[in-house]
Amino acid sequence: MSYEADDRGFFGNFGGRFMPEALVAALDELTVAWEEAMADPEFTGAFEAILRDYANTPSPLYHAERLSEKVGVRILLKREDLNHTGAHKIRNVLGQAMLTKRMGKTRVIAETGAGQHGVASATAAAYFGLDCTVYMGAVDTRRQALNVARMQLLGAKVIPVESGSATLKDAINEALRDWVASVDHTAYLFGTAAGPHPFPSMVRDFCRGIGDEARQQSLDQYGVLPDAIAACVGGGSNAIGLFTAFLDDEDVKIYGFEAGGDGVETGRHAATIGAGESGVLHGARTYVLQDEDGQTIESHSISAGLDYPGVGPQHSHLSQVGRAAYLSVTDAEAMDALALLARTEGIIPAVESAHALAGALRVAEELKAEKGPDATILVNLSGRGDKDMETAVEWFGLGAEDEGTDK
Amino acid sequence: MVRPRCRGRGDGQVSAAIAFEKARTENRSALVGYLPAGFPDIDGSIEAMRTMVAAGCDVIEIGLPYSDPVMDGPTIQAAAQQALEGGIRITDVLRTVEAVAAAGVPTLVMTYWNPVERYGVDRFAADLASAGGAGLITPDITPDYGQDWIAAADAHDLDKVFLVSPSSTDERIAMTTAASRGFVYATAVMGVTGARTSTSDLAGPLVARTKATSDLPVGVGLGVSNGDQAAEIAAFADGVIVGSAFVRTLLDAGTDRAAGLAALGALTEDLAGGVRRG
Repeated sequence: MSYEADDRGFFGNFGGRFMPEALVAALDELTVAWEEAMADPEFTGAFEAILRDYANTPSPLYHAERLSEKVGVRILLKREDLNHTGAHKIRNVLGQAMLTKRMGKTRVIAETGAGQHGVASATAAAYFGLDCTVYMGAVDTRRQALNVARMQLLGAKVIPVESGSATLKDAINEALRDWVASVDHTAYLFGTAAGPHPFPSMVRDFCRGIGDEARQQSLDQYGVLPDAIAACVGGGSNAIGLFTAFLDDEDVKIYGFEAGGDGVETGRHAATIGAGESGVLHGARTYVLQDEDGQTIESHSISAGLDYPGVGPQHSHLSQVGRAAYLSVTDAEAMDALALLARTEGIIPAVESAHALAGALRVAEELKAEKGPDATILVNLSGRGDKDMETAVEWFGLGAEDEGTDK
Repeated sequence: MVRPRCRGRGDGQVSAAIAFEKARTENRSALVGYLPAGFPDIDGSIEAMRTMVAAGCDVIEIGLPYSDPVMDGPTIQAAAQQALEGGIRITDVLRTVEAVAAAGVPTLVMTYWNPVERYGVDRFAADLASAGGAGLITPDITPDYGQDWIAAADAHDLDKVFLVSPSSTDERIAMTTAASRGFVYATAVMGVTGARTSTSDLAGPLVARTKATSDLPVGVGLGVSNGDQAAEIAAFADGVIVGSAFVRTLLDAGTDRAAGLAALGALTEDLAGGVRRG
């Protein structure tokens, strides 16, 4: 079956373009520019070159041996945390910023939750000499102060958004409002594979190198494809970037792990596919956390990057048709996985990525029972944990002197 | 040709086109006033809208407060947020429609799409018609993505007010007016709602381009806050749409309801005078 969107941007029932008329011309312009760029070898060649020379891709596919031993199956980590700026996000923003230059626009705006996309956008803007404004929920500016400083150092203006729940969804609303008023010279570097057509497909295309590389590396390094692949899903850009290369490999199981927060049963979570309903949010029909009146319900997650009540429409479609399974991971499970990876491999992942790892560890148990120690699960380590140290300090009570007698 | 519709559903449901036609026969533009339902509270919003009708509004737009209003500026969002915090539900919005429509003016609901979809598109259309509502203004649905709504509105004889923008191509304007009923909403500026100190020079050409495709009345909105601006727009548009400035009078009055209503009435009279000067 086809997993592509149709020409109106629908993946099955999901996607589309539910947007003010004022933005339709800009979305049409973007659609044409993106399609032409992707068909232009000069553009795609330049994109590959900048990813290689500046963003440090292909990122390695790393066999986490000590973790694998502990778990009993082979665990491969796609090390997107080693990319420039520390996450997969750089792929998307470099692509969109290149497109912005190609379209002759001089300013970019972006929204950010954890700050990863904001930092990546500020970086790309600096690289290409574009003005940059980043909208960030006021709550998030407080919990991600270091990233705010990084964006400012890179020359971006960071605007805290106080409206609504003052988190990522409100930052998106504010960026859209800016865009309505500035669309003649401004591009909106959308941070995830959500939003109105063409963003879900375009962001996926700029991120799909994650999966293309991982698939080839798996074959080159191990001679086989993994039995399962796993990624975290907030809006879902790293996940769709990984999944795309494997969609036609029917023997490869695909898992997306949403933020279960305190537990889906508590109502305090961001498990949009698991616990949401079909609706329209930020320009697309997709699963949305909403009440009986269609009002968006605030999401909750220890990870600001996953704290989003919507999800990219292609994920909704992949869930509906059963090609990918979307499960949730609680804050506690994610933080346990974060600590486990830190102590077995010396890698501190982003809390987002720790969700993928925690979910993968659960899947690993099933795979071990089914296929034994030769089973392989490939996990996208989408980002590094530097930005989340404050969260880790608070969660684990770190920073005080150890009380032991190990002198 | 505009075909004003005045078929009753027991509650005086009428098309907005009736009010535009009446204004046209008086050789003036119509004044369209917006307030969110439930602001400052449900009964307060009904009283405020009735004040607007009494002071000269020809059509009332009732905002359905929504958690993610991408086209609204800070003034309307603050009011909608207050309504949501007050616990407003869709059934309360429909009750507000019923009360305002009973005051004798065409009453439309301006709503983002998700609440309608969640409520059930056909159910919403049926309940709106039963309440005497004239139709919907849909800021985040364009006709090419609004087939469900178009079908439901046609089935229930409701107005479909879609928006055109300065950035719309002529082709899209033609597509939009062909799908609209009641009137067409021309957004005068590239931007979100909010009172502005001067009107836009984008409005006139947009209205002309819109009128070139259709006989439907064209209302101009986004930014109008006083009688002089209303007169300026009334010179070329069939209707002048005002929202944030009305909301602002009530926000500024705070808990002093009487002062808020007095300011609202005075502003309405100023704007009603403006549409008669234009």
